[in-house]
Amino acid sequence: MERERTPGTFTGNRGLQIEERLIFEQSEIGRTGVDLPEPPRVKDRLGGTRRRGPIGLPGLSEPQVVRHFTRLSQKNYAIDLGLYPLGSCTMKHNPRLNEKLARAEGLADLHPMQPERTIQGALELIDTLAHWLKTLTGMPAVAMSPAAGAHGELCGVMAIRAALEDRGDKRQRILVPESAHGTNPATAAACGYAVDPIPANERGRVDLAAFKAKLGADVAGIMITNPNTCGLFEDEILEISEAIHAAGGYFYADGANFNAIVGRVRPGDLGIDCMHINLHKTFSTPHGGGGPGSGPVVLSRALAPYAPLPYVVHAKEGFRLVEHNADPAATGKAFGRLKGFHGQMGMFIRALAYMMSHGADGLRQAAGDAVLNANYLLASLEEDLTPAFKGPCMHEVLFDDRFLKDTGVTTLDFAKALIDEGFHPMTMYFPLVVHGALLMEPTETESKDELDLFIGAVKALARRAKTGDAAFFRDAPKLTPRRRLDETTAARKPMLRWRPKETQGQAAE
Amino acid sequence: MRYLPLTETDRRAMLAKIGASSIDSLYRDVPERVRLNEPVDLPLHQGELEVERAILALARKNLGTNRAPSFLGAGAYRHHVPASVDHLIQRGEFLTSYTPYQPEVSQGTLQALFEFQTQVALITGMEVANASMYDGATACAEAVMMAGRVTRRSRAVLSGGLHPHYHAVTATHARFLGFELDLMTPDPEAGEDLAARIDGETSCVVVQNPGFFGQVRDFSALGEACRNAGALLVMVVTEPISLGLVTSPGEMGADIVAAEGQGIGNALSFGGPYVGLFATREKYVRQMPGRLAGETVDADGRRGWVLTLSTREQHIRREKATSNICTNSGLCALAFTIHLALLGEAGFTRLAELNHAKAVELADALASTGKVKLVSESFFNEFTLRLPRSAAETVEKLAERGILGGVPVSRFYPDRPELADLLLVAATETTSGDDITRLCAALGEVL
Amino acid sequence: MTTVKFTDEHEWIRLENDVATIGITDYAQNQLGDVVYVELPKPGQKVHKGKQAAVVESVKAASEVFAPVTGEVVEVNQNLVEEPATINADPMGKGWFMKLRLSDRSELDGLMDADAYGKFIEGLH
Repeated sequence: MERERTPGTFTGNRGLQIEERLIFEQSEIGRTGVDLPEPPRVKDRLGGTRRRGPIGLPGLSEPQVVRHFTRLSQKNYAIDLGLYPLGSCTMKHNPRLNEKLARAEGLADLHPMQPERTIQGALELIDTLAHWLKTLTGMPAVAMSPAAGAHGELCGVMAIRAALEDRGDKRQRILVPESAHGTNPATAAACGYAVDPIPANERGRVDLAAFKAKLGADVAGIMITNPNTCGLFEDEILEISEAIHAAGGYFYADGANFNAIVGRVRPGDLGIDCMHINLHKTFSTPHGGGGPGSGPVVLSRALAPYAPLPYVVHAKEGFRLVEHNADPAATGKAFGRLKGFHGQMGMFIRALAYMMSHGADGLRQAAGDAVLNANYLLASLEEDLTPAFKGPCMHEVLFDDRFLKDTGVTTLDFAKALIDEGFHPMTMYFPLVVHGALLMEPTETESKDELDLFIGAVKALARRAKTGDAAFFRDAPKLTPRRRLDETTAARKPMLRWRPKETQGQAAE
Repeated sequence: MRYLPLTETDRRAMLAKIGASSIDSLYRDVPERVRLNEPVDLPLHQGELEVERAILALARKNLGTNRAPSFLGAGAYRHHVPASVDHLIQRGEFLTSYTPYQPEVSQGTLQALFEFQTQVALITGMEVANASMYDGATACAEAVMMAGRVTRRSRAVLSGGLHPHYHAVTATHARFLGFELDLMTPDPEAGEDLAARIDGETSCVVVQNPGFFGQVRDFSALGEACRNAGALLVMVVTEPISLGLVTSPGEMGADIVAAEGQGIGNALSFGGPYVGLFATREKYVRQMPGRLAGETVDADGRRGWVLTLSTREQHIRREKATSNICTNSGLCALAFTIHLALLGEAGFTRLAELNHAKAVELADALASTGKVKLVSESFFNEFTLRLPRSAAETVEKLAERGILGGVPVSRFYPDRPELADLLLVAATETTSGDDITRLCAALGEVL
Repeated sequence: MTTVKFTDEHEWIRLENDVATIGITDYAQNQLGDVVYVELPKPGQKVHKGKQAAVVESVKAASEVFAPVTGEVVEVNQNLVEEPATINADPMGKGWFMKLRLSDRSELDGLMDADAYGKFIEGLH
């Protein structure tokens, strides 16, 4: 058996870092990890479509599968292991109570198409979560079905377009700040709009004059993240919202950073028309290695009638689920449907448990602690690193790469060296409005001790970079399950699946 | 507050370092008149015990499929998930990690995604698959948009055997992006002629197999017709277990497969989160939406995995991205991968046989009551019955008797009286002989 | 007679008779990093000045190559599809993208010569 080697060990393993082949390379035909009864003998009704020939799935027993995925898990960094200061991603502690409740009988085993009388508790749970979201944002309505933040953006911009079309208004442009997440322009385009970028001013905020100059009768709306991706509160937000409304457009707020202000500012008071809420950020449903998320969208009175199907309403007989525009309880104006069934129930349960655990007081404290932790990083690192803008910041702090000038060390190298120190890197090269961005978001669930250790490590690396030891950084990380990976080859000759050895040659042709 | 590590002493020390008087003062950029000085009007914090009690009280108001004979399907299926699946996905290194953008410390997630992509490609009979989508319905809409990019044509034909939610989600995107849909009428008897709808402007034909009403069909000839006309064949699968027994979409000539993966590894959970499967031909990979894990080597020449071809995605392409999608359904995809790894070839094909055999037994038992008529000539584990009266009312009466007896088609098509008597009924490996007896007896009472 | 002209989008145009060979500059390939993928127009296709004619992608960036002049594509460098690294190795030579038959020679008039382009990129630093 051919094995990958590293110097020193026969197996290639390094202590607890165990090399693990693909499941396809551990297969024996006929072996299985489940015991199923012999199917009753029946004459099939497959209409002549019975599969011929094998599928090619590997055969493994349960102990092999458990060991395989346990070994894989040990090659991942995680919040459960340490500080994960990925700016704009909000990697905070995921309470396990939430996991337990999402798996409870009566919730996890509910089928989405059960009769309403058998799901009153589920509808009440959705309604309760909706109440919390509306109260925290100061908004009159919320669409619960979007599956993620970007999906929520689609929902919001579609509602805007539906409302405009309903009044016979064919506006063409959406204004998006240059500092925005890539999803904002992608969403506007996916809803049929042209994207018109607005520059940032020297204070890292939307340039109000430039924004006003772009306003016109063809502007459908503006998409603004607040606090913005530079970690700053848009202090001219009230002027922006007034101006966009005066021009007949709508105000889309990207709620990615709502965690900084929850319980302290209600976006509704800022004059927004819609905002998606990433339950996996602000309300701590787990990121799970990249989803699933959940992105409910709060809506103003003007946009509420256009909310997508389905939604929960109160009726005489109890809670009802409105699934069609023709339903007597419907607004009749829903712009359509965004997802199969009713939304990310498993995420709703977790988010509600998180909110109830914190309460109104705890959520306010959580936001305050998140902001305090970020400002503590700013104050502790401003001498060794170069802050992009003057503080105070909100829940995240942005540095640029001026502190690395003439060192030969790049933002990427610097971040990779942090991995060897046992930390996940910060967000790099985003937002695009500053050079070599390093965006750090500690979140409220980090202790002062953990922050102090991180600060110590960052300062030590910054000083080392300034001594001119660029080679050290270029080689980092050295202590990880894998060193830097060759992304160029991966993109030039994409290998996106395993293939059995004998056909690998063919596939390359 | 059990989730907040900072003490008052910590906060004072940190504020001193910052040079601020209070946390409130850090919010000075917020216009004063919109700052809240008090907590909002919601309950205060609670302990684990209190929260657990409150949410379990809501759970008890529901009748879950664990406590009732259940014959529900229509795109979401109850299957037994081995205990080790949930154990493994709850490992903190999987559960509490982010998207694997730093490959050196994300090899676990990346390798699992590479295995997921391979499994999806194998069971669908396709060349490549992505790292998952939100769900089957959104995958379907993305498939239609992708077919538009590949063919540079703008009209898609949607079969009447396609799940109505998949129809609806695709129609929502069509409305805003301005592409055209040729929507076929609901087709319980599977008699529609799709090939006749193809012309020089057709980007794709979207079919579902097994169909929403249950029929299993061979779409090879339709695939051929699509190819001849320069259109793509998009095949939707809502019950992934069927792929263990039915000829794969790839073998039938599909160009894109959009499927719901929930049936493998994932709980019903009232409709979400689920996991969309998306597979296609290698030559279209750069038009494919969603994340992709790819194989490469590290600086020491050792095999490893990275996210690749990300120039298709929104964080680089912004308004020119193939899709605005930024999340996949990572943890649900992991559950899928672990369950399918446990099943293996032998377990997966047997599970499919078992589902089909149960459904055949159920269909025969129901037909022998003499009260209902089987509409679906062929089926996998779900079929359509014609009842002598309203299916919605019948389902209500069954629920009164503690039986979740199926999904009335009218729930999806309230405006089509001709479908009001149709009931979708599903069986899986979890269906017992006793369940079947109870359903037949109850139907005898209510019809 | 051969002349090489440059655009502020970092493309070069080499004119031989009425056929213009087009590629991206050394500065452009350097900014992109390792090129992993190119998408070229089809021979016979008409491209318009200022409109997208090709796509070039590195691991971290995707960028359009705009047609610097209007014309009909007479030949494309198919070798780039197989070996995109050629663009990094020899951007002004073997890394050419396409050859166009010019519609309007006067479109070249507004473009920079080598000296002007050199000064232009110096100004970008």
